[in-house]
Amino acid sequence: MIENPVKTHPASAPDYMPGAQLRELQLGRLQATVSRVYDRVELYRQRMNERKARPEDLRILEDLAGFPFTVKADLRDTYPFGLFASPLEEVVRLHASSGTTGKPIVVGYTKQDVGIWTDVMLRTLLACGLGRGDIIQNAYGYGLFTGGLGAHYGAEALGATVIPISGGNTDRQIMVMKDFKVTAICCTPSYFLHLLDRAAQMGVNVPELPLRVGVFGAEPWTDSLRRHIEAASGIKAYDIYGLTEITGPGVGIECHCQAGLHIFEDHFYPEIINPDTGGPVAEGEEGELVLTTLSKQAMPMIRYRTRDISAFVPGPCACGRTLRRIRRISRRSDDMLIIRGVNVYPSQVESALLAVEGMLPHYQIILTREAGLDQMEVQVEVTPPVASDRVAALENLHDKLAHSLSQTLGLRVKVRLVAPQTLKRSEGKAQRVIDRRSL
Amino acid sequence: MKIHQLSLFLENKPGQLTEPCRLLAQAGINIRTLTLADTEEFGILRLIVSDWEKGARLLQEAGYVVNVTEVVAVEVPDRPGGLAELLGVFEKTDINIEYMYAFTFGRGDTAVMMFRFNKSDAAIELLQSAGINVVGSAELYSHIEK
Repeated sequence: MIENPVKTHPASAPDYMPGAQLRELQLGRLQATVSRVYDRVELYRQRMNERKARPEDLRILEDLAGFPFTVKADLRDTYPFGLFASPLEEVVRLHASSGTTGKPIVVGYTKQDVGIWTDVMLRTLLACGLGRGDIIQNAYGYGLFTGGLGAHYGAEALGATVIPISGGNTDRQIMVMKDFKVTAICCTPSYFLHLLDRAAQMGVNVPELPLRVGVFGAEPWTDSLRRHIEAASGIKAYDIYGLTEITGPGVGIECHCQAGLHIFEDHFYPEIINPDTGGPVAEGEEGELVLTTLSKQAMPMIRYRTRDISAFVPGPCACGRTLRRIRRISRRSDDMLIIRGVNVYPSQVESALLAVEGMLPHYQIILTREAGLDQMEVQVEVTPPVASDRVAALENLHDKLAHSLSQTLGLRVKVRLVAPQTLKRSEGKAQRVIDRRSL
Repeated sequence: MKIHQLSLFLENKPGQLTEPCRLLAQAGINIRTLTLADTEEFGILRLIVSDWEKGARLLQEAGYVVNVTEVVAVEVPDRPGGLAELLGVFEKTDINIEYMYAFTFGRGDTAVMMFRFNKSDAAIELLQSAGINVVGSAELYSHIEK
């Protein structure tokens, strides 16, 4: 496959910066950022004083390990603008993430911040092999959520044709995809699955459409799901990473090698730590991803604990980018479920379901407590490839799913086959777990 | 000689049958016969309808998972031993009857039954060489229209 714009587009130049030069750039930016927040943000100054860590202590990149972490609760506690390092008159944009409980978290951008965000999203789309002439259907939600506008600005900077369709109204999405000859789509992987199902019902054969690239993110997904999506739709599915606290989408992206996500290290400094001790892990070992922004003005983040579990991918990438890679994030340290004492991640359930022939990507985990014991039920939607006129075939499928789940999880799981489209559909992020255990 | 049967996956809970029947009714599609196979959790509704292609499309668009299967309609003598004799044809063959159900009409001294074989073509050949009438779709529907 020819990925012509990548190597030639000037915006991608930092992706290939020699390592030593990149480290030097990072250090200078990191020192400036730490000084900026020490001078301007009360919370950072207090924390650093408590730890006796001063901006001038930062002589090499590794010195960052002596600085305090920032966590999501800090953003809530300083709601709405307490972590801003720029006066509001310099802030040109506000976004907020949907807090599942109580107040949302709010982030701000200066004009320069928006420019950098646009730049990393442009480089993101270049890494996905997109360029001028591509028609991009941006089905991330527009609004306070960073996904919509982040992808929009990057796609426009790329010179592609952007369709700002936002999320929802699936039938219209399919009509637009077909009639506008869309070549790339940006949305959550679960929403794309929903689009595929609906397209099949509407008699639209997605593999026959010009669509060739999907930029999927905003929720953890697995490699098995990627294979399923690619086989079912005939497109190349890229994993994009980002989070509102850091900038939104555009923190990291897979290249065509699909062997980990390159972090845009000239703007974001990644660390992998042991989530229990806070200390570093050995190179290549799994741990929690911690990110520090290097060039943000309005709301820099120092050592932000993402709760996302990943690992550095060792060695250089075949694509030639010098940016370090992290393994795709398939789970978060806080989405672990403890069921009868066994640790379970939703991503394990997804892999177990996709391991069974027929591929059942739509699922929901229901947790209840009966007579003091946790019960886990996995509801799986029946899809056309596995539907049958024979009861025995479906019972066989049911047993295979139950077997695969109990093998993977080490836990007996009740499986329930449900009718298509009965599980709560996310237009955005999938709700994988419903916990009805009253503690 | 084969008949197209539609199968729908339904959850086993009240009211699940109504919606597909209503959808077909609104489109003027007649249900010729049906059978419901059920387990504790789910059911499979099998339907023979007057226009299977239109029926399948309609149900799919409404979000149902619809399977189209070929089944065989066989005339069975309506007298003691009629079915037993017919089934005897398959003795010592590897043809398996996955399931069967009765059709809603017969003529004179015969009934019509729907069979789902694991090997439809082989089964039809055997039945015909045993002199048993396998009812084609045209014949089946012309019966119905009368």
